[in-house]
Amino acid sequence: MSAPHSPLDVDRVRKDFPILERRLAGDHPLVYLDSANTSQKPTAVLDTLAEHYTRHNANVARAVHQLGEESTAAFEGARDKLAALIKAPSRDEVIFTKNASEALNLVAHTLASGLADDPRYRLGPGDEIVVTEMEHHSNIVPWQLAAKRTGAAFRWFGLTDDGRLDLSTIGELINERTKIVSLVHQSNSLGTVNDVATVVARAREVGALVLLDGSQSVPHQPIDVTALGVDLLAFTGHKMVGPTGIGVLWGRREVLDALPPFLGGGEMIETVAMTGSTFAPIPHKFEAGTPPIAQAIGLGAAVDYLTGIGLDRVHAHEQALTAYTLEKLNAVDGVRIIGPNSTESRGGTVSFVLDGVHPHDVGQLLDERGVAVRVGHHCARPVCVRYGIPATTRASFYLYTTFDEIDALADGLHQVKRFFG
Amino acid sequence: MSDSLYQEIILDHYKNPKGRGLREPFGGEAHHVNPTCGDEITIRVALDGEKITDVSYDGQGCSISQASASVLHELLTGSTVDDAFATERVFTELMQGRGQVEPDEDVLGDGIAFAGVAKYPARVKCALLSWMAFKDATARALAGAGPIEEETR
Ligand SMILES: Cc1ncc(COP(=O)(O)O)c(C=O)c1O
Repeated sequence: MSAPHSPLDVDRVRKDFPILERRLAGDHPLVYLDSANTSQKPTAVLDTLAEHYTRHNANVARAVHQLGEESTAAFEGARDKLAALIKAPSRDEVIFTKNASEALNLVAHTLASGLADDPRYRLGPGDEIVVTEMEHHSNIVPWQLAAKRTGAAFRWFGLTDDGRLDLSTIGELINERTKIVSLVHQSNSLGTVNDVATVVARAREVGALVLLDGSQSVPHQPIDVTALGVDLLAFTGHKMVGPTGIGVLWGRREVLDALPPFLGGGEMIETVAMTGSTFAPIPHKFEAGTPPIAQAIGLGAAVDYLTGIGLDRVHAHEQALTAYTLEKLNAVDGVRIIGPNSTESRGGTVSFVLDGVHPHDVGQLLDERGVAVRVGHHCARPVCVRYGIPATTRASFYLYTTFDEIDALADGLHQVKRFFG
Repeated sequence: MSDSLYQEIILDHYKNPKGRGLREPFGGEAHHVNPTCGDEITIRVALDGEKITDVSYDGQGCSISQASASVLHELLTGSTVDDAFATERVFTELMQGRGQVEPDEDVLGDGIAFAGVAKYPARVKCALLSWMAFKDATARALAGAGPIEEETR
């Protein structure tokens, strides 16, 4: 099997990521196949972080001095970059959070708070929340809490045997009582890319909101929020070559305007009196306190880096890698892919089990060869329960992943089998 | 590296576990899970006065957690409760010793093979899972509590 063609010059890309030159114990080169967990960071992002703290550091939106202006311009500039990345109709619709989890919690919490003027944005008894069985815990637990607080029902789409959403019951599951449907765009454990259009179409018929968890899709493919037709989109910076500590919630202006504030504090107010307060317009309404300034600016640099390379090319590269991986893994006796076994509507995250060897042992032995994968339930335990397995081994790719690294994974699996055979 | 973690003795116990399977009668039972990796173990302890007449178990998980249960069965079946708890303390000390504790073969038997695991903090929990469950099950047997299931981390 020869390595297929990729539209990316991966050798050049890898030079932007100094960590990929690391050698691990036993002088094994690092084979980093855990980008769905967190991605590595290019020099451009690292330099931007250092440059900010070295030359421009100041708080934002509260200083008349020059450093404050520089810092504010860079922070708000990052918002512009994020808005352009996802083709948001307005930059004000981009809210900075600390990660995707906070963005998802923001929506669940404000809907459950009962503070919205418009009843469409207040959850209560008789209302229904719909998620899916392939969600990350970050898109399950906030909704379970919201349901508990409000008396709303918590419901979910099941999964088919080949790792896709079971949409056969969509007409009943999304109904007049449904207030919000919150689903993942690309599953972090199965790799499945969901049919968002079908879900959005049904949600529109009944007037339900749609929140999309783009944590695993925004880093890997071009995204257009208007074309997707969703109301809200959450994603996280550290999975898209950006720093930790920064995430994004995008929402249609009408929706964000209607939701009540989330956290209270500095910067989110219009005026404060001891008798009551009024609130700033979006985006600041949802950004209480000093935001993660350097992290947002670093994420802006990450967006520049990714768009400079082209997310369509990143996507094509990962499709080629995934095809190659599926072929290689299917050729290893005893490997079972958990998730779609073709590149159709799936991304570069491949989970599998190896007959007779627990994923923990697979991961440990691969690590001894420098191959970094994730093992466990990947914060999506219901997926493992659905497929009757305790855990999986997961290899996940990005723009710097090479075909040789997939070979290293496959060779490692043969070694694991010999060891436990 | 694998030589220090995956000792031949551990692989042997993993592939040919001793005393595996839940048996009756028993005085106390405990079910423990490791929430980070999903390893699970159920342990039953049968007592005749101060003497442990059987430790039976079932579970699923990695080689370390399953082999550890097999070694536990071998070491503790037939001993007194006091001796078993003393052995448990020595094993726990070895596991929490970050590779600095010299294992005592007279007390731990095949358990000394786990000395290398102590250098892998992420795996120590796997090795200790059955031992923690054993402590709970024995405490229940001593209290005459019988078969209650409880999830603990
Ligand atoms: C699909 C999905 N949603 C949400 C999250 C949560 O991201 P974060 O931990 O950055 O909040 C993750 C990351 O693990 C994810 O993969």
